[in-house]
Amino acid sequence: MADQAKFAEEATPFMDSLYAAAMRMTRNPSDAEDLVQETYLKAYRGFGGFEEGTNLKAWLYRILTNTFINTYRAKKRRPMESELDEVEDLYLYRRLGGLEAAAAGRSAEDELLDIYTDDEVKRALEELPEQFRMAVMLADVEGFSYKEIAEILDIPIGTVMSRLHRGRKGLQKKLWEYAVARGLVA
Amino acid sequence: MADGNCDDALHELYGYLDGELTPERRHNIQHHLDDCPPCYEAFDFEAELRIVIARKCTETVPDALKRRIADALANETGKADKA
Repeated sequence: MADQAKFAEEATPFMDSLYAAAMRMTRNPSDAEDLVQETYLKAYRGFGGFEEGTNLKAWLYRILTNTFINTYRAKKRRPMESELDEVEDLYLYRRLGGLEAAAAGRSAEDELLDIYTDDEVKRALEELPEQFRMAVMLADVEGFSYKEIAEILDIPIGTVMSRLHRGRKGLQKKLWEYAVARGLVA
Repeated sequence: MADGNCDDALHELYGYLDGELTPERRHNIQHHLDDCPPCYEAFDFEAELRIVIARKCTETVPDALKRRIADALANETGKADKA
C-alpha cells in the first residue's frame, strides 16, 4: 500500500507526459488542464490502492484514460468514431523514402524532423479516430508495452495490436497528405 | 522485398520494433535484416519515424496548472488532517 504523503513527489515527474496525452485526447488546452488536474486528484485519493513497486506511470495513465472516457467524451456526446481506411504497409516510406537517397548522408530521422513541424505531427495524431489515437499515442509517444496498453485501455492484447497496426498506417497517410498539401513533395 | 523472407519480416515489423517478439523470432528477423538492405532500410525508416513522432508530440505543463494541482493536493491533505 502506497503512502499518500509520497504521492506528489512520485507522481509529479509524469505531469508533462500526462498533459501531452490529455492534449491529444481532448484536443484543447483548457479541457486538457482540467483532465490532468482531475486525474491527479483521483490518483491522490486512490493512492492507498496503488501497489508500490508496480508501474506508477501506467497506473496514472489508466486513471487519465478512464476519466477522459467517463467525463470529457460523454460531455461532448461525440459518437464513437471508428472509420479508418485500409492503408498499405510502409505507406510513408514508399513515398518519402526516396528523399533520403536524394540527400546523401542524412538519416531518415533528420529528413522527417525537417519536413514536419511539431504542430503537424500533433494534428495528424489528433485527427485519428479515438480508439486508434489512444493506442498509437500510448505506444509510440509514451513507449508502453502491448500488455500495459491492454491494461490501460482495458482491451485484449490482440485488439491493441490491430489498433496499433491500423492507427500507425492511418497516421502515415495523414503525414503524407500534409507533405503534399504544403508542396514539400511532388 | 520480394521473397517470402521479406514478407515474413514485414509482417512482424511492428512486433519487432515494439520489442514484443520472442528472442527466436527477433533473431530470425535480425538475421534477415543483416542480409537484406531493402528491408533494413524500410525498418530503419519506421524506427526513425517513431522517434520523430515521440519527439514532436511532447508538451510542457503550464506553470499555472502545476500550481493549481499542488494547491488542490494540499487542500486534500488539509481535509484529511481535519477528519
